[in-house]
Amino acid sequence: MIRAGIIGLGKMGLSHAAIVSPHPSVELVAVCDTSSLILDAFKKFSKVKVYSDYIKMIDSERLDSVVVATPTKFHYKMVRYALEKGIHTFCEKPFSLTTAEGENLVELANQKKLINQVGYHNHFIGTFRELKRLLKAGVIGDLVHFTGEAYGPVVTKEKGGTWRSDPGEGGGCLFDYASHVINLIQEIIGRPVKASGSQLKRIYSRDVEDAVYSILTLESGLSGILSVNWSDETYRKMATSLTILGKKGKIICDATEIKIFLKDGDAKENLPKGWTIKYITDFAIPVNFYLRGEEYSAQIDYFVDCILKNKPAEINSFKQALDTDKVIELLIADSKK
Amino acid sequence: MEMDKVIFGDNQFFAVNHLSDEKSRAQAIQFKDDSAIIRVLDQAREVGINTFMCTTHDRIASVCDYMRANPEKYRDFKIYPCMPYAHKYANAVTDLGIVGAIKQYVPGNFFSAITKGGAAFLTKDFIGLMELFIDAEMKMFKGIKIPVIFIQNVLVDMILGLKMYEVFKEYDSYIRKKYNSEPGYITMNMPALLDALNSVGIENPIICCSINKIGFRMSGGKEIYEKYLAEKAFRPIAMQVLAAGALRPKEAIEYLGNFPKIESVLFGASSKSHIQETKELIEHYL
Repeated sequence: MIRAGIIGLGKMGLSHAAIVSPHPSVELVAVCDTSSLILDAFKKFSKVKVYSDYIKMIDSERLDSVVVATPTKFHYKMVRYALEKGIHTFCEKPFSLTTAEGENLVELANQKKLINQVGYHNHFIGTFRELKRLLKAGVIGDLVHFTGEAYGPVVTKEKGGTWRSDPGEGGGCLFDYASHVINLIQEIIGRPVKASGSQLKRIYSRDVEDAVYSILTLESGLSGILSVNWSDETYRKMATSLTILGKKGKIICDATEIKIFLKDGDAKENLPKGWTIKYITDFAIPVNFYLRGEEYSAQIDYFVDCILKNKPAEINSFKQALDTDKVIELLIADSKK
Repeated sequence: MEMDKVIFGDNQFFAVNHLSDEKSRAQAIQFKDDSAIIRVLDQAREVGINTFMCTTHDRIASVCDYMRANPEKYRDFKIYPCMPYAHKYANAVTDLGIVGAIKQYVPGNFFSAITKGGAAFLTKDFIGLMELFIDAEMKMFKGIKIPVIFIQNVLVDMILGLKMYEVFKEYDSYIRKKYNSEPGYITMNMPALLDALNSVGIENPIICCSINKIGFRMSGGKEIYEKYLAEKAFRPIAMQVLAAGALRPKEAIEYLGNFPKIESVLFGASSKSHIQETKELIEHYL
């Protein structure tokens, strides 16, 4: 059994705890948070040990693996400490506040040969995987343009407050929402190397951006649009999508469906001329325990599998998350021009 | 208490579509007025469906107001509430953190009581907090028949995953005592949930879970679901029977006929002909 701990019991940390705990190869032995309300709930209702200090937890519990789900500004010191103690580490996104810190962690994880993964869970949604496969197979030919979007109703009223509202702490729409889209673009289409016309717009928040708009240019020279807004209440929950235009067709993909338009059809892929719509029911990754979406369990299953087989994560490694942090930096710098 | 064989759901009203984000937004536009919701509910009533299972969405409060204002029309009508409307809280937690979200949604001054009372108070009254949440969510149903009250799958499966099974026991007894209703559980992990409920002495529970021919959202696989449906004691309500639309209604409901234990089928539809067709299929095969 892999002995696991969780640091940070916010929305994601609780969700990870609930997914890690039923995993047949893992024993959730301890959790750590600074909220006495949350810790007392664990004390009262669960058998897991609770800590308010992550160093104490790591020093006392002989953990094999840890999930770090604290605010981004704490990732560096916590992940570093876990790695130094030889613990396989899953860290929530976004990875780090500065690329210097991120590079340091990538190096340390590789040097210690520890499994390292970041929670960009969209890569465990079957439709996005299918999109990646179709692009690789070249079904829409040479790429012409892309649009990466995410919209949702997180901040819909005028306000200040909360840790998320400090731009220095990674509290805005860029780190929280747009990082997902940037990471999808990076891993599915190609790595962005330039951001132009970037705008970080405040809508209701006092100190941080609620929307992110930018033109991204990839290594290949292909350019496209990033459009993200977490203050859009026409969406019931976060909706993320990629639209990719090629010379031979177009693909629109989100978490529920993938719509493919081909000018001529593709016999090898069995795709006819015109529109084909495929649904998540065909691509969902089977899981043993479901909470909020297959992808959350599937990413933990993958992390555990990498530990058991001692093979480095190919999906969502620290290195890939660091690449995303670098794009975030490019975007911030460009927005200040 | 017997449950109706056919239960009408509310996903179509609130832009929930597991197969298409785009369709879900189209539905949001179609049902922007409460009168459009009530019109479809009345169509369901006209074909003989008298149970409406719905989330504690703000807009259900308006539907309840309408029902209270027309008591004769809704004399035989029952609602199975499902709480909480999770996205309301999830978005608040993303924005405000867990404690901030509790502050925003717990009625009265309970939270100030917590901070004043300090740690000793904290360790004791989670159940009191849960009861306040339940009462706040149930307020909109005052005067309406609610014979079964469900917890939504996000919460059920969170408690299940955290192995905090005693919470189910407290919920179960509070619903029976305060509301004189049957507690119900919605889950994406039926076999694990049933084992957990049994382990804290909850026998023969009402469980609403995905049951469909292709195993969609049936965690752990179709085989173990089928085994539990054949062998274990519980009162299943089948949901996601069309696997979010991947199955045709006839083959989907014919499959449910293999399991005599299934007491009810939950489905949603926006047109009278669809409602009628599905209801007839359920009555034919179940």
